[in-house]
Amino acid sequence: MADLFSGLIGTISNWAIPLLAGGIVLLALTRRVPLYEAFIEGAKEGFNVGVRIIPYLVAILCAIAFFRASGAMELLMTVISPLTNLIGMPPETLPMALVRPLSGSGALGVMSDTISTHGADSFVGRVVSTMMGSTETTFYVLAVYFGSVGVTKVRHALYAGLIADVAGLLAAVWFCRLVFG
Amino acid sequence: MNYIWSFLILGGVFVAAINGRMSECTQAVMDAAKGSVELAIGLIGIMAFWLGLMRLAEEAGLVRYLSRLLKPVLKPLFPDIPADDPALGNIVANLAANMLGLGNSATALGLKAMIELQRLNPDKKTASNAMCTFLAINTSSVTIIPATVIAIRASAGSANPAEVIGVIILTTAVSTVVAITAVKLLERLTIFRVKPEGEQNG
Repeated sequence: MADLFSGLIGTISNWAIPLLAGGIVLLALTRRVPLYEAFIEGAKEGFNVGVRIIPYLVAILCAIAFFRASGAMELLMTVISPLTNLIGMPPETLPMALVRPLSGSGALGVMSDTISTHGADSFVGRVVSTMMGSTETTFYVLAVYFGSVGVTKVRHALYAGLIADVAGLLAAVWFCRLVFG
Repeated sequence: MNYIWSFLILGGVFVAAINGRMSECTQAVMDAAKGSVELAIGLIGIMAFWLGLMRLAEEAGLVRYLSRLLKPVLKPLFPDIPADDPALGNIVANLAANMLGLGNSATALGLKAMIELQRLNPDKKTASNAMCTFLAINTSSVTIIPATVIAIRASAGSANPAEVIGVIILTTAVSTVVAITAVKLLERLTIFRVKPEGEQNG
């Protein structure tokens, strides 16, 4: 059953892009859109956006690399671990909770690491998997998305994103406890 | 963003000085700088492809149709966006790509949505309410197909790699509801309110 399900979602992921591309082209053809010119116009815009986000990517990824390589991350973990123990969050999942909002590739590394230490089917392994799957790299997304259009005052976007992250991380622990005991 | 960024850098330098990890830091920052450009170069091709395709979809009327179709859901979330504006269609495209776990393609569509939102934004330097709401939903990531997670679990020898899907969907639902609630409450606070034109100039 689970195999069938994961097979099915795998198929959907694989088919989504080719089907969508084919569908859009077909529709544009029937609506007599000047296909090639329109695609090139859009692609130019995409190219420019891709170039424009480079400085923002460098800024956020370098700051995060600095923070992690210096050992400041470990220090932060030691400081807040009593708090997370209090709410019943396994200490082994704390690195994941802290890295996840900052860096997608970092979180992927932490997930692989935690799973190979504790096992994919352990409670910790399941919690970490859930955290990975259910939250996003908030800082990275905000830096790149706002950067791409030149917005510098992000107002409440950052706080809302972080509140949602905390809710997601806590919900991951609680739902795993509920479902997997 | 200013505070977070300087906190990350200054905290990093300070702790590195105490730990004696200055050389590791130098290495990490240089690698990150190089890596971010490599990341962006990879993204440029994907961006060009998707924005090209989205232009077709737009000119064929698909984006507007999508906006109109999902109006009942989107109108309360984005009251400032005109009902059949292409911005809504682009937001939908990004969220759909996110749900399917399409990674970089989702990023490309999301950046396109930001361009559309910026077109409607009266103050180009300051985030609009619609942008904040969009990003809150985006970063709380409404996932239904956590393909990467399942792949890692499978390669780590899990007996049932997909068993976490249900929990992930529940969790992501909670964080999305919290995100929307938080963003809607926060936008009313005085400190986050956008100042009217006159006040800013005066």
